[in-house]
Amino acid sequence: MNEFQRRQAKNRIIVVVLVAMLCVYLFPIYWMFSTATKTKLDAFSLPPKWVWRPQAENFRNVFYVGGGGALGKVKGVEVKPKPSAFLRQLGNSIVVSFVSTILATFLGALSGYVFSRMRVRGKDDLLFVILSSRMLPPVVIAIPLVMMYRALGLFDTRFGLIIMYTVFNLAFAVWMMRSFVDDIPIEYEEAALVDGYSRFQAFFKFIFPEMRVGMVATAIFSLIMTWNEFTFSLLLTGEKARTAVPSIAHSLGTAGVNWGHIAAGSFLMVIPVVVFTFLLGGNLIRGFTFGAIKE
Amino acid sequence: MSAVRVENLWKRYGKVEAVKGISFEVREGEFTVLLGPSGCGKTTTLRCIAGLELPNEGKIYFDTEDVTPLSPSARNIAFVFQLYALYPHLSVYDNIAFPLRAEGLPREEVKRRVDEVVRLLQIQDLLQLKPRKLTSGQKQRVALGRAIVRRPRVFLLDEPLSNIDAKLREVTRGELKKLQKSIGATTIYVTHDQVEAMTMADKIVVMNFGDIQQIGSPHEVYHYPANLFVARFIGSPGMNFIPGTIHQREKLGILLDGDSFIPLENEQAKAVEKARTLSPQVVVGIRPENILVVPEQEALVKGEVYVFEPLGAQNVVTFRIGTHLAKALLPGDVSFTVGERVSLRFKEVRVFNAQDQKLIA
Repeated sequence: MNEFQRRQAKNRIIVVVLVAMLCVYLFPIYWMFSTATKTKLDAFSLPPKWVWRPQAENFRNVFYVGGGGALGKVKGVEVKPKPSAFLRQLGNSIVVSFVSTILATFLGALSGYVFSRMRVRGKDDLLFVILSSRMLPPVVIAIPLVMMYRALGLFDTRFGLIIMYTVFNLAFAVWMMRSFVDDIPIEYEEAALVDGYSRFQAFFKFIFPEMRVGMVATAIFSLIMTWNEFTFSLLLTGEKARTAVPSIAHSLGTAGVNWGHIAAGSFLMVIPVVVFTFLLGGNLIRGFTFGAIKE
Repeated sequence: MSAVRVENLWKRYGKVEAVKGISFEVREGEFTVLLGPSGCGKTTTLRCIAGLELPNEGKIYFDTEDVTPLSPSARNIAFVFQLYALYPHLSVYDNIAFPLRAEGLPREEVKRRVDEVVRLLQIQDLLQLKPRKLTSGQKQRVALGRAIVRRPRVFLLDEPLSNIDAKLREVTRGELKKLQKSIGATTIYVTHDQVEAMTMADKIVVMNFGDIQQIGSPHEVYHYPANLFVARFIGSPGMNFIPGTIHQREKLGILLDGDSFIPLENEQAKAVEKARTLSPQVVVGIRPENILVVPEQEALVKGEVYVFEPLGAQNVVTFRIGTHLAKALLPGDVSFTVGERVSLRFKEVRVFNAQDQKLIA
């Protein structure tokens, strides 16, 4: 084997390993999709069916209550399917996670800049306090939080959840953004200052665009965390403002476990995050390698 | 363009005194170099002049205007950073136009001014490129362009040549000097490279430990260094130092420890005579090009060839004189063998006080 062949063989092995890993990672998604499109019977058949007749029943059940065979005319009266709460819950998820992500990223960018560039009294202690808000498991602060939220009238409101998630993501955003700003040489700002710009102009004209990559990376992480968040949403909301994740889990147990229904709901939940991540993914990878290569 | 005056400038960082009450002046259109080893306070001084650092004490004047309380943007200065600090998300054109847009100039005026600078620096081909596509020499030109374009009162340059390779640096040195003269720019240039200072400066301010060691023309700091630090810092190979004592024979002179005697003439003798009463201990400084190999009857000192380094046009020869080593710069057509004994003479010597290390004569 010469050098070229050896390298080719090596590449082939790498590809095989990657494909194997990809299969492992993608299997749950496949399983979710397949369960969502199978009939109950097919979904539970052993050994699993690799070929089946896809059907949209489960997806319809996600959006409508009382679908199934009950449609059509009953005693001459048209029975219309009743829309389920899913769309509202999905809407809650979207509003709550996007708004809190944008807020956390923007505020995180501003304070990250300050922590990186300015002299702040007790900077290290402050940063530690900010980080410490993430050290307790949510359950520990659940009861006081619920009581506070009830007292303040924030319970079961989107606004309440947005506050919760913004605070929750802010710690992460501040730390991320601070390290991103640390990597932007201070000379750029100084150059802008001597070129006749004020500190604010220098920030918005120059530092802000440079921070974009970091902000996108922070936003993706924040969004995924918020989108998938379960505990706070379950604790702090009732019917009205509940997001989709705990709602899907809620359909466990009412009338047996309807796996097809859960799979369909979960599958629909995954789509927005995947789309968002793909749209901004290039930035994410640049974000990961940011600062790894010095000029 | 403005003249610059720095008065009793102090800058402390906690307990560290970076700049210790220095004062100097830069005349309009003058090229002044702040020269010193790293950590000597030269960059801090420059940043104070730019307004990027706030001095603890002291005043900075542009002409007669006190600019000490002004922000950098209000001072109308141009600053070229060591790493150029070109804005990476802007093209070369936009980088150069950036300071003009801060002034809110109309688009045609911006274009006209940028074009003018671009022609001067010959960077027409680079206009649409982003900085990361440029070589360091090109980046340096663009950074200069950004500085020139706004017609500032003062140019401040912080080691602008330290990141480009040696060959290009030599070329750029000359071009920079020519450019500076052609636009009559008042320039303050920070460097640790004494060659840059010697070749470009009208005036050199030598600094060490946050204090000014000497202010003078390149000729003055080279031939009449104010103290041993300046003498050692300027010149390559550096000045040679041999300790001795002031001594009277038929003439007043310096007795070196190897029993060689160096007589002094007129002015120098007078100055040394005056200093003798304070302390007879001195250090004699000899520039390498002032060591001459002479026939035996003209010899002032005896030496032995210790190291011989041919450079082509010149040879660097290290002689052992008594217990001291001295480097000499000799013509390239004369060669020596190690261990050879030679007769030497010094064309010009400087005498320093051995205690306070200051120049006597």
